[in-house]
Amino acid sequence: MTTTESSGTIPVEHAGAFRFPVPKDPACPFDPPRAVQEAGRREPITRVSLWDGTSCWLVTGYDHVREVLGSPAISAEATHPGFPFLVAGVRELVRTMKPTFFRQDDPEHARLRRMLTADFTVKKAEAMRPDIQRLADELIDRMTDGRSAADLVADFALPLPSVVICLMLGVPYQDHHFFQERSAALFSLKASAEQVRASQQELLAYLAKIAEAKQREPDESVISRLVAAGELDFDSIASTGRLLLVAGHETTANMIALSTLALLRNPDQLARLREDPALIKGAVEELLRYLTIVQSGIPRVAVADLTVGGRTIRAGEGVLCMVNTANRDEAVFPGGDTLDVGRDARRHLAFGFGVHQCLGQPLARVELEVALETLLRRLPGLRLDAPFAQVPFRHEASIFGLGALPVAW
Amino acid sequence: MLRVVIDQDKCCGAGSCARTAPEVFDQRDDDGLVVLLDAAPPERLREAIEEAAAICPAGVISVVDVPEQPVAGPADV
Repeated sequence: MTTTESSGTIPVEHAGAFRFPVPKDPACPFDPPRAVQEAGRREPITRVSLWDGTSCWLVTGYDHVREVLGSPAISAEATHPGFPFLVAGVRELVRTMKPTFFRQDDPEHARLRRMLTADFTVKKAEAMRPDIQRLADELIDRMTDGRSAADLVADFALPLPSVVICLMLGVPYQDHHFFQERSAALFSLKASAEQVRASQQELLAYLAKIAEAKQREPDESVISRLVAAGELDFDSIASTGRLLLVAGHETTANMIALSTLALLRNPDQLARLREDPALIKGAVEELLRYLTIVQSGIPRVAVADLTVGGRTIRAGEGVLCMVNTANRDEAVFPGGDTLDVGRDARRHLAFGFGVHQCLGQPLARVELEVALETLLRRLPGLRLDAPFAQVPFRHEASIFGLGALPVAW
Repeated sequence: MLRVVIDQDKCCGAGSCARTAPEVFDQRDDDGLVVLLDAAPPERLREAIEEAAAICPAGVISVVDVPEQPVAGPADV
């Protein structure tokens, strides 16, 4: 019987465990670390050891990642002993914070998530397209006004989804800088427990104030509707608001920046998209697959024994589901290490799998389609304005992204 | 013949079915959960429906093949 006590005992039969996370090959920043891909080819599931001496399972193949994320034997509740943490700060957060539906199982997860699903339907997201288009055009107007070069992250990728989520939630845009700084700390793998907790507290306090304001003056925003529904207290609404804010802009911003860079690095694919703009929807799915920004794995813990790839994951053992390597599974995506905007990549797992699959995915897709289509159309001369080796990749973050993207046009 | 069955209780409202096979699946306005627009869709939609079933994150959609009505046999003559 294996143990997952925090004394860090690594069972004898898993002595081959390697330390995780593993750095990427700097020459291939778009690819998952070679060591992880190779481990996945040797064995369906692998044992790894984490920063705090605990060990857990790594699941790397497409079929197995789907199986685990969809399994009733698996829990998202981080309060279970054996839940794998990659960052000290996040463990601290989980201890001190009431969980949102992100870290809960059904039926409570379903009950809470369903309070929000109406705001994120395919139709709702589509209805926001004209506003998002207007925002994209305004940002490009401002970025290009009297200039021929800029940082695409600061001037386009980060502001666009920020404004969209702030509008949806009912948060005033003038407070966006405050939110971006707090969320950056929450996503960093290097953040100390203290930094994460401080950012957390500031965000929550602000959102509780917004919720109170919406009670006095209701509107059509998500926070206002949660207040009016009367099922959650202000703290829970603040918590939910923080989750949506944090999930809603850093991720999309990172995808916009990385997608632009990936296309600039694959000029044949960029040309195909320019020639045939109708490819954009499929191209967005392929970019989601190829880039898979959730690079540290989706953490879960088993609450019952389950067999995956002939190995048994026992109740109480932690699991990291590597959606990035799953999305490069040759059996599902032949030639998957290559970007191909004509590929049918709809089966990718970039948004996860199981009932926790990204709530915001319809909105993310519309934002990405608009952002990329507008960039390519309005800036036909778009090019990288720095040597590729100098582009700052945020490898230390659990959500992959760029610190900056110097471009010219 | 093609039949589609959904288990709405399992639905998490991701909406991929509505995007992939919009003639067959929609999302409810009040909570975004799946609505089956056509339980006996035409054969030409099979590929889209099977794709929707494959990408549904919660295993909500089942595609079933039901035999055609039997034609008259020797005993009916």
